[in-house]
Amino acid sequence: MEEILSKKTGKKIILLGNEAIVRGALEAGVQFVSTYPGTPASEIGDTFYKLFKQQKTNFYFEFSTNEKVALEAGVGASFSGLKTLVAMKYFGLNVCSDSLMPFLYTGSKGPTVIVVADDPSCHSSAQSEQNSRFYSHLAHIPTLEPSDPQECKDFLKLGFELSEKFKIPVLIRTTTRVAHQRAPVKLSTLSRNVLVKGKFVKDPKKFVTMPPRVLEQKKELFEKIRKIKKFSERSKINKINRDPISINQVGIITSGVSYLYVKEALREFNLSLPILKLGFFYPLAEEKIKNFIKKLKKVLVVEELEPLLEREIQRFAKDVNPKLQIFGKNVLPEVGEIRPEYVFEAVARLTGKKVKIKKLKLPEFPRRLPSLCPGCPYWLVFSAVKKVAPKNTIFGGDIGCYMLAGFPPHNIQDYLSCMGSSIGIGHGIKKAAGQKLIAFIGDSTFFHAGIPALINCLVNKSNPLIIVMDNQTTAMTGHQPHPGRVIKIEDVVKACGVKNLKVIDPIKIRELEETIKKFLEKREVSVIVARRRCIFVK
Amino acid sequence: MRNKDEFNLIISGVGGQGLITLLKILAEAAMAEGFDVKTSELHGLSQRGGSVGVHLRFGKKIFSPLVSREKADLILVLEKNETLKNCYFASRKKTIFLINNFQIDSASFRGLKLPEDKEILKILKKFSQKAIFIEASKICKEKIGKEILAGIFMLGIAVYHKFLPLKPESVLKAIKKIIPKEYLKMNEKAFQLAKFSFLPQN
Repeated sequence: MEEILSKKTGKKIILLGNEAIVRGALEAGVQFVSTYPGTPASEIGDTFYKLFKQQKTNFYFEFSTNEKVALEAGVGASFSGLKTLVAMKYFGLNVCSDSLMPFLYTGSKGPTVIVVADDPSCHSSAQSEQNSRFYSHLAHIPTLEPSDPQECKDFLKLGFELSEKFKIPVLIRTTTRVAHQRAPVKLSTLSRNVLVKGKFVKDPKKFVTMPPRVLEQKKELFEKIRKIKKFSERSKINKINRDPISINQVGIITSGVSYLYVKEALREFNLSLPILKLGFFYPLAEEKIKNFIKKLKKVLVVEELEPLLEREIQRFAKDVNPKLQIFGKNVLPEVGEIRPEYVFEAVARLTGKKVKIKKLKLPEFPRRLPSLCPGCPYWLVFSAVKKVAPKNTIFGGDIGCYMLAGFPPHNIQDYLSCMGSSIGIGHGIKKAAGQKLIAFIGDSTFFHAGIPALINCLVNKSNPLIIVMDNQTTAMTGHQPHPGRVIKIEDVVKACGVKNLKVIDPIKIRELEETIKKFLEKREVSVIVARRRCIFVK
Repeated sequence: MRNKDEFNLIISGVGGQGLITLLKILAEAAMAEGFDVKTSELHGLSQRGGSVGVHLRFGKKIFSPLVSREKADLILVLEKNETLKNCYFASRKKTIFLINNFQIDSASFRGLKLPEDKEILKILKKFSQKAIFIEASKICKEKIGKEILAGIFMLGIAVYHKFLPLKPESVLKAIKKIIPKEYLKMNEKAFQLAKFSFLPQN
């Protein structure tokens, strides 16, 4: 941890992609950081939080209630002139998208970088396998895609520079294999960290998005993007590797971690094909791409998930090289992450090389599903629920360790969607079908997105039993603190007008069972706060 | 080093066995010896007592953080039921399996017939050059009183018996750097214990 603050400029230290992002921010002199934890982005917040607590550096840090609030905090800091970083996982970008769109219209004042981490293959994500690059087009937010920890640091700094120059927030998009990749990173000088207090200078023309001004702001945004596109055309992070001896009729265009697999594939076959590596996903360096593909016969586009680069390249090829054969999702998967051997095969097909890999039939192996830790208080809650809930009771799951309810030996999870939705969807089922229903929700998740759904149950009158699985930490993402430290969950529940409310330590198994039985008969919404600390939190 | 100046390692086990710590140690040791190095790891839900496989590659110049199919030089398995899932990365040409003869039960195993050691070895004949069961957890429990040190002990086996082309001194130095002071002694002990442990021939 101390090493991340090393002052040895030029020294190489080993950093995780997420830690390299933090180092980049410290080198850039970040002043304000807000986040909500989520894998694979969690270590960004964790690292900042540790440094913040040690007070060896000087910036403001907070774990916000959710990602929307985190981004809004960041917008406020930026409006007040501070250098700001906001980090989250990809679902978080959905949660804050409402605040993201207008932020592009107003633009930033203090330079602002938003980091989002996608998780192709859903290694650590229920919910969906999302390609956050769609947001780049939707929000018109300049987007950079690093491949490795060194680029995480460098692109982060470039993001701040771009933001400062063009007064626009910049998105850094990583994926699991970048965020959780460890590699040597060359250090530059740390910024002298003096926390400059910001100042909000009134400027309604900039900060207010009311019609008719809002459409002018949209034009201004497009003008910025045109300028950034010119910058992107000249930028070194969109680089062409062209060996003088390379076969120049076949080329590869790629970005992010896929670039590393491409390099690996070319080495595997001892090939030297020209590669265009795009650091800028948005705005794309159209002219550079056109020049690259102009004389090619074939091009391979290597990118994970939906073929966003490929579609753009198809469009560009119509102008400059209509006969170009474009390979991409016809030889690489659109679902799940790309692995190096997939690229080996794609490159082999493109160049007529033979892949020598003899594929043996892989043996069967016992599948080990994740499970609750021994001693976890959730065991007690699940066993009580299983014992007393009548057959046909519907069990609503939510995001956190307790979604392991869906695995053996519990098997009590009938739907699972997104943060806060166990209550929201539960209300809908109650209204539509009326069956008995228990909605599980974690403590951090309750604060994140559960409260509006609870209020909806009261206002629109439904009667699910909500069990708040209060282990007093955000356990699954690495035990980050949450608002429960300051605000009692039962106070919020009471204030919403819930009459059937009980706080129970689940070790009192009889009381818990009796209460579940009783509350399942109630005609109004009822809430049990099952409070017992996660075994890893002191 | 074999295979075009690069070494590909996979550590496989169950969340909570300290796989990421082992990766950090080896990454530091590889860098100290002048190699380029990359790791890939998983955090979050996958760690909650589930299967975890982490990758480490080092050599002259490393691009991909992931080991490719059939390219692993060494696979360290910290829980034996995790062994066969690694065959994807293994090949008879070069892969060596070091397997901790240790089991962690899982609710998801209920009703499954877990493979016997003999069966595992038989299957691995197609996927490895050599596969060895090691009583790592048992030895660490007996000699130091802590099963959890099995990973470090296995690292010691790999290094001292030259399955892993890194010097014991650089790994020990890295252990010093990565392991918190209060646990350092027992970790060093577990690593060095491997120096004098004989390997069964199978």
